[in-house]
Amino acid sequence: MRLSRNRLASGAARVYVSIIRGTPLLVQLFVIFYGLPSIGLVIDPWPSAIIAFSLNVAGYAAEIIRAAILSVPKGQWEAGHTIGMSRTRTLRRIILPQAARVSVPPLSNTFISLVKDTSLASLILVTEMFRQAQEIAAFSQQFMMLYLEAALVYWVFCFVLSSGQSYLEKRLDRYVAH
Amino acid sequence: MSHIEPTPAAAGQDGNLLTVTGLSKAFGENVVLKSIDLSIRPGQVTALIGPSGSGKTTVLRCLNGLETPDGGIVSVAGGPTVDFGGKVRAKDLSDLRDQSAMVFQHYNLFPHMTVLENVIEGPIQVKKMRRADAIRDAESLLARVGLADKKDQYPFELSGGQQQRVGIVRALALKPALLLFDEPTSALDPELVGEVLGVIKELADEQWTMMIVTHELAFAREVADEVVFMDGGVVVECGHPDTVLRNPRQERTQRFVQRLLHPF
Repeated sequence: MRLSRNRLASGAARVYVSIIRGTPLLVQLFVIFYGLPSIGLVIDPWPSAIIAFSLNVAGYAAEIIRAAILSVPKGQWEAGHTIGMSRTRTLRRIILPQAARVSVPPLSNTFISLVKDTSLASLILVTEMFRQAQEIAAFSQQFMMLYLEAALVYWVFCFVLSSGQSYLEKRLDRYVAH
Repeated sequence: MSHIEPTPAAAGQDGNLLTVTGLSKAFGENVVLKSIDLSIRPGQVTALIGPSGSGKTTVLRCLNGLETPDGGIVSVAGGPTVDFGGKVRAKDLSDLRDQSAMVFQHYNLFPHMTVLENVIEGPIQVKKMRRADAIRDAESLLARVGLADKKDQYPFELSGGQQQRVGIVRALALKPALLLFDEPTSALDPELVGEVLGVIKELADEQWTMMIVTHELAFAREVADEVVFMDGGVVVECGHPDTVLRNPRQERTQRFVQRLLHPF
């Protein structure tokens, strides 16, 4: 949207991205879960967390994809034009496949952060993994072991994501000189 | 080779395939084209020459819709007539664009597609050709420029000369009425220039209608039917290559030709 020729659309997108990136995720979670009820909008913990994380990741991903699209040389748009393609078709067939290659590393970082940031949802009473670890630890007094276990699970998730990232990068790099 | 023959181009009543009248274009304060008149007959090769900044590339880009002129009339026989002085309909613009195909100085091949995929993209996606037909045509065109064995390679695996030949084939595959070349050999190493010019010369022999922006005066003299010398956004002189390149009437043309023939 920030690439749109429509000023209203690009302006709205700019403000959105600026707010999302300029405020802590924890604050965004609290505004949605603890703040909105005061204006009459009560959302349960789980949906609150899902909304907050989605809005947050969307803001970051939008910036990454915008930068990736801009990194594709102008000549590629022109080549699409000269073979008779519309802007939309050029974007889909020519520009986005090339932008995808550039955006995989930063997008992966964003998703890895997201996995780890889900632990923040424990603070708005979502019984996600970390909160469960806390509850069991409080009951069993096995703090060290349970928190290390939780850490291990996060690490496994992130490891799987990084492996996916390497695979994608290799695949998308096949048409680039090394 | 019948299917790579140029589409029998319609000639207008005046015998021209393309007529440009009063074409003008400015980028902000910078006036690049001041009322250009040009015409080209079917099967004719026109070489546009002139110093950098003279506007010759902008002429090509206007014809292919990569720039929108501020004024002027572009008319293609059997195609649209577009008056840029008034309100221009999007449909006319895209019709005009479809009359021509551009070969770029920096090739602008699609790096994420193989050579074959580069060539069939337009015919399949835009012209809605059947895939098998598009591939058959593309393979025959590639064989024609000596690249049959490169069809499954990616552009980065090819030399500049090979990439530019793919660029030419990609344009040919659209069977345009008019081929536009924007300094097709300027980005090439000197030893690769010949293979690309050779292909263009063969297209000229096959009666393709072409407009070529070039600094290769020897090539222009051999291949072009008409040479147009531009400077400062106007056509200074145009005519038969022997006249314009050997015995130019205008002093500006003389100076330019001398500079290219004797750089130091």
